[in-house]
Amino acid sequence: MDVTEEVVRNIAELVQLKVDDADIQQLTEGMQNILALADQMQAINTEGVEPVSNPLDASQKLRPDAVTEENQRELFQSIAPATESGLYLVPRVVE
Amino acid sequence: MINRSLSQQLDDLSKGEYSSVELTQTYLDRIENHQSLNAYVSISKDVLEKARQADQLRAAGERKPLLGIPLAHKDIFCEAGVRTTAGSKMLDNFISPYDSTVVSLLRNAGALSLGKTNMDEFAMGSSNESSYFGAVKNPWQVDRVPGGSSGGSAAAVAARLCAAATGTDTGGSIRQPAAFCGITGIKPTYGRVSRWGMIAYASSLDQAGPLATTAEDCALLLSAMAGADEKDSTSSAVQVEDYSKFLSQDLKGKKIGLCVEYMEGLDPEMSRVIEEAIEVLSKLGAEFMDISLPTSPLAIPAYYIIAPAECSANLSRYDGVRFGYRCENPENLEDLYKRSRSESFGQEVKNRIMVGAFALSAGYYDAYYKKAQQIRRLIKNDFLEAFKSVDAILGPTTPGPAFKIGANADEPQAMYLQDIYTISANLAGLPAISLPAGFIEDLPAGIQLIGNYFDEATLLNLGHQFQAQTDWHKKAPELST
Repeated sequence: MDVTEEVVRNIAELVQLKVDDADIQQLTEGMQNILALADQMQAINTEGVEPVSNPLDASQKLRPDAVTEENQRELFQSIAPATESGLYLVPRVVE
Repeated sequence: MINRSLSQQLDDLSKGEYSSVELTQTYLDRIENHQSLNAYVSISKDVLEKARQADQLRAAGERKPLLGIPLAHKDIFCEAGVRTTAGSKMLDNFISPYDSTVVSLLRNAGALSLGKTNMDEFAMGSSNESSYFGAVKNPWQVDRVPGGSSGGSAAAVAARLCAAATGTDTGGSIRQPAAFCGITGIKPTYGRVSRWGMIAYASSLDQAGPLATTAEDCALLLSAMAGADEKDSTSSAVQVEDYSKFLSQDLKGKKIGLCVEYMEGLDPEMSRVIEEAIEVLSKLGAEFMDISLPTSPLAIPAYYIIAPAECSANLSRYDGVRFGYRCENPENLEDLYKRSRSESFGQEVKNRIMVGAFALSAGYYDAYYKKAQQIRRLIKNDFLEAFKSVDAILGPTTPGPAFKIGANADEPQAMYLQDIYTISANLAGLPAISLPAGFIEDLPAGIQLIGNYFDEATLLNLGHQFQAQTDWHKKAPELST
């Protein structure tokens, strides 16, 4: 699979990475290296094979919908880059 | 005391040969003197105080399984109030507000935290060169890599900067550095050890385990680390065994498979190491037979889709808003997200995030992600078939000994191939151990034993019996100061 510059820019947008023109080549090569390896998979027929999502084939455990943790907002916000009155601060979204 | 194994140190502490304070101070001095190895990212501020408390508890008759033993933790395990970086600029300023289950279980067992060890950024790498804090040096030859991603842990144990350390293994990240550094490391069955508080890379592959000089020490540590945890819904409820109890079982009648796909085309020196190991284990009564894992050549291609896919989802949490790195003067929210991520993730992490998102995107999902998960099924089925006739599978841990720092920098595919023998166990979720088994060009070489689900006891038993007949695990590098 050939990775085009357009594909790289589109994926970068999806994963919220800023891509300068200078970075494009490096990222394209990085992706191509991995995808070239991955393309070896096409050599084998997997029709009808059930995909593995959990290596033990375990299903997701459920638990009662009950509060088990204490609120530790101050502790958790103490490591945030910017907070005010218990809220996380980000640049203004709505003018 | 630094050439005593962890189990021997426990014995020494109980006999009063030396105190936990003396042992801890010895390691702190060694760490200080060998900073150039770059094995540690940070040192615990209060470890001597904790050692003092451990000595008092021991004097008062307290008997915990690891009381007073200083350990190092890979800097991927959160420790409350302690900086936890995962080898990334993104978390350079991250003080964890909580403990990982692994850290708290080991502390409850009496162990002390000496400090946090260096690692490939977010555990993505096989050489420790992707760490934001610089490459770790292999203590056997300092121009070589220690392996990765748990390279700091492996180098620290090999250099006797701690008796044992924790690590994590997503595609070989405990076993490959253990092999490169001449020590013992076990990746348990998926779900055997809780992943709570262990910074996530690829959640269906990640598993924590110990690195130490001996299988006996690994058994002791794994017994303390393993178990079901309400905080990790993928942790297993299967009963944890006291792994130390099985170490002395004799190997008569144990059946060990030799994977024909692994043995074909093996480096002649690595073949010699394997042949010698077969001879040792045969004399102990183990029987060998050929087995086949026909899908194993596709393990690397499948891994390099599945792991990036999960990584792209897991690393979406780093947004510069709630914790971690934030860029200067963001113009708007999107700029904040994009620059915070771009300025703090390294190139390998970006490559994997990109590939992962690509493999999960519309139009490519079936050809890449679904295909990889189907190949994973075939790999798992190969193992299930093999374990109908054998108790464990023997092979090399790595294609060869540690390579030079920078040797694979321009050839990422060569780097990815380092994990060719280790990745299958992660894809299938099986336990596997690496044991020091010889030297190639004066560098350690490791053998790997892969076991059946939740049969860590057999791997540790085989490892302990092998180590009773060999002294590779006792070899330590000579360090220049």
